Amino acid sequence: MEENKKLVVSASPHAKSSATVRGIMLDVIIALIPAAFAGVTVFGLRAALVMAVCIGCCLLCEFLARKVMKRSNTLGDLSAVVTGLLLAFNLPVKTPLWICAIGSFVAIVVVKQFFGGIGHNFANPAITARIVLLVSFASALTNFTAPTVGGADAVSTATPLASLSKITLAGGVGTQLSDLIAEGQIPALLKMFLGVRPGCIGETCALALLLGAAYLLIRGVIKITIPAAYLLTFTCFMLIASGFDLTYTAYELLSGGLLLGAFFMATDYTTSPINTAGKVVFGVGCGVLTAVIRLYCSLPEGVSYSILLMNIACPLIEKLTAPKYFGFIKKKKEKKAGDAA
Amino acid sequence: MSKLRADAILKAVARGRGGVQVAHNKRTADNEIVRMPIPATVVLPMQQHIGAPCKPLVKAGDHVDVGQVIGDTDQFLSVPIHASVSGTVKSVADITLANGRIAPAVTIESDGLQTLHESVVPPVVHTKEDLVKAIRASGLVGLGGAGFPSFVKLTVKDDKPIDTLIVNAAECEPYITVDYRECIENSWDIMTSVYTLGELYGFKHIIIAVEDNKPEAIRILKSIADKDIHTGNVVRVMALKSRYPQGAEKMMVLSATGRKVPQGKLPADVGCIVMNVASVAFVARYLKTGKPLTSRSVTVSGDCIKNPANVRVHIGTSMQEIIDFCGGFTEPPAKILSGGPMMGAAIVDTHVPLLKSNNAVLAFSEKALAKKPASDCIRCGRCHAACPMGLIPTQIEKYAVLGDAETLSTLGTSVCMECGSCAYSCPAGKPLVQYMRLAKEVMRQAGVK
Ligand code: SF4
Ligand code: SF4
Repeated sequence: MEENKKLVVSASPHAKSSATVRGIMLDVIIALIPAAFAGVTVFGLRAALVMAVCIGCCLLCEFLARKVMKRSNTLGDLSAVVTGLLLAFNLPVKTPLWICAIGSFVAIVVVKQFFGGIGHNFANPAITARIVLLVSFASALTNFTAPTVGGADAVSTATPLASLSKITLAGGVGTQLSDLIAEGQIPALLKMFLGVRPGCIGETCALALLLGAAYLLIRGVIKITIPAAYLLTFTCFMLIASGFDLTYTAYELLSGGLLLGAFFMATDYTTSPINTAGKVVFGVGCGVLTAVIRLYCSLPEGVSYSILLMNIACPLIEKLTAPKYFGFIKKKKEKKAGDAA
Repeated sequence: MSKLRADAILKAVARGRGGVQVAHNKRTADNEIVRMPIPATVVLPMQQHIGAPCKPLVKAGDHVDVGQVIGDTDQFLSVPIHASVSGTVKSVADITLANGRIAPAVTIESDGLQTLHESVVPPVVHTKEDLVKAIRASGLVGLGGAGFPSFVKLTVKDDKPIDTLIVNAAECEPYITVDYRECIENSWDIMTSVYTLGELYGFKHIIIAVEDNKPEAIRILKSIADKDIHTGNVVRVMALKSRYPQGAEKMMVLSATGRKVPQGKLPADVGCIVMNVASVAFVARYLKTGKPLTSRSVTVSGDCIKNPANVRVHIGTSMQEIIDFCGGFTEPPAKILSGGPMMGAAIVDTHVPLLKSNNAVLAFSEKALAKKPASDCIRCGRCHAACPMGLIPTQIEKYAVLGDAETLSTLGTSVCMECGSCAYSCPAGKPLVQYMRLAKEVMRQAGVK
């Protein structure tokens, strides 16, 4: 009897998988590392500084916010690191460091902790912070520099996406595009793929982003559903809008923060639907919105805005696409039978 | 038809969603079932099954023989309780069961003679109705863990024709190996039962379903099924992919027949009877000897047990005695389970009797306990992905805490079978099964189905 005094009693199951929140976040961080390397390679060491400041500020904000709100310390789950990294990825390399700090504060304190911390935020913290910064400090946030890879100077320049938006869809998309490439306003497709182009720190290198995405998919951290729905919808939209110009569509896919958004931000657990049908609707919605914003709005980039909008619509989508559970019987029928009886 | 059978082990005809891959830990797979000596005393609670409790029919001082009915009731959903040893009734009093519930129990002091009661005679069974009556009298419940009275499953209503018998030998819970041993050691009992049931019910299909991680059981059962000349060659062995909870009744029906049991319905509603393999084997022995359910096999395992084993135990034996029979603990246990790690219950005290439905006693040390820091839900969706019933456990948790019975009902809470796949997968370490139970309680209190 004596020896049994301290038996643990808890609800089944008594076995648990090895998955933990920390482990998942660590996987995301690992998946972001190639893009971080690419960012530093393309834009120089200051990119690393921006990342460090964003991560540091996010951790600090998380720590202080939890402390002030008298809640448990959640630094260990590493989600603040992910947010910081993603925020940095969405900023131009020249962003003043104090703006990075403000962004971190918005992401962690306003968007995440004010709503209850991990799992409770209504929108993606990094994306919301970027939009807040974009609206507040428009010039700093759109001060893009040319890649410094190969020792070039960090001269300010327009992004390929801004140049692309000069193309009118009315006719001759192909010729307008080749003119822009010839003028040097838009880099060659291979350079776009490798990320040697103006843009935000972490968004340019498609190769690195795809590597990271593959890692997350293999590890089962994300499902392909949202990125696939997002990118397919976007591609279809662009193909039709450009009169099936493949090169133009490829440029659209590789520019801006589309790949970063589709694989790393739209797949954020908290702010995307849990069920498969919901994920499809969410992805399609992101694709349509991004395409519409890029093509028909004065804004050059639409990825952040579309994901934010779909984040807000997420609870509604989840409700409307509620999955049918095993052995589901239509309620109506049941009622009728009940009435008859 | 016979040609098909000669070369085929059936494969599942449909695959359910969700489920989890769990470490099998079937350490006792090669341990032959050993008989435990007759215990000095047994404690027989009056409720060892799903349904109404029995009323004690004996009083302190009475002499009882093995197989004598010591508790019964007129209620439909119930089965009698029999003395598992011969001897003297020491007391009839309330005791606390392993699950914390309090029930009256009869304590019998064994005289060591195991004299059989005069009522123990082979039943005469000519029809289905005879069989149902006999099975009720045998006290048989599902031996796979659920404890549902078996005669109810075998009761066939005319408006619900049954064409398929599924013998459930999936044994998807980790550690437990008694069903596997039953297949290996008592395969002829299983087959005899299957033939008898087949003749009485005229099943079109009899499927013995085994998970494919037990090739030896599949081989033995198939070799016997191949010799089937009794039932018109309808007995098939089916190898199911080993994935928890393959053995859950609704999953079993889906895998074996492709039919989905609707919410709130039973396998019989889609023409199936599902019986645990040990229960099936018992039927054959009972029809031959008339000896009711007074003993059963249990797996005793876990990292704290000195000599893990499969043991044939008299119902009502104290769990502590069973553990001692297996060499006791190697170190102080931190958690003891009655049943498997996925659906079994943690018990507070080992001085509780083994019930008809207990298929395992597992003891784990501190270091073997599954621990995960609990945090808030990150909405990762793993619980939904793992749920074989397609529920969204994290939402059910939310509305259970809010006490919103209506929404819980639309979310399908009642189809949850508490298999634990959701909680197993959750990276946030949420005790989701506990919330599922809370949700059902909220619905019950609000009178919502
Ligand atoms: S598995 Fe756990 S963390 Fe993930 S959605 Fe379900 S409850 Fe939330
Ligand atoms: S315990 Fe219930 S909710 Fe959880 S996986 Fe099993 S059936 Fe689904």
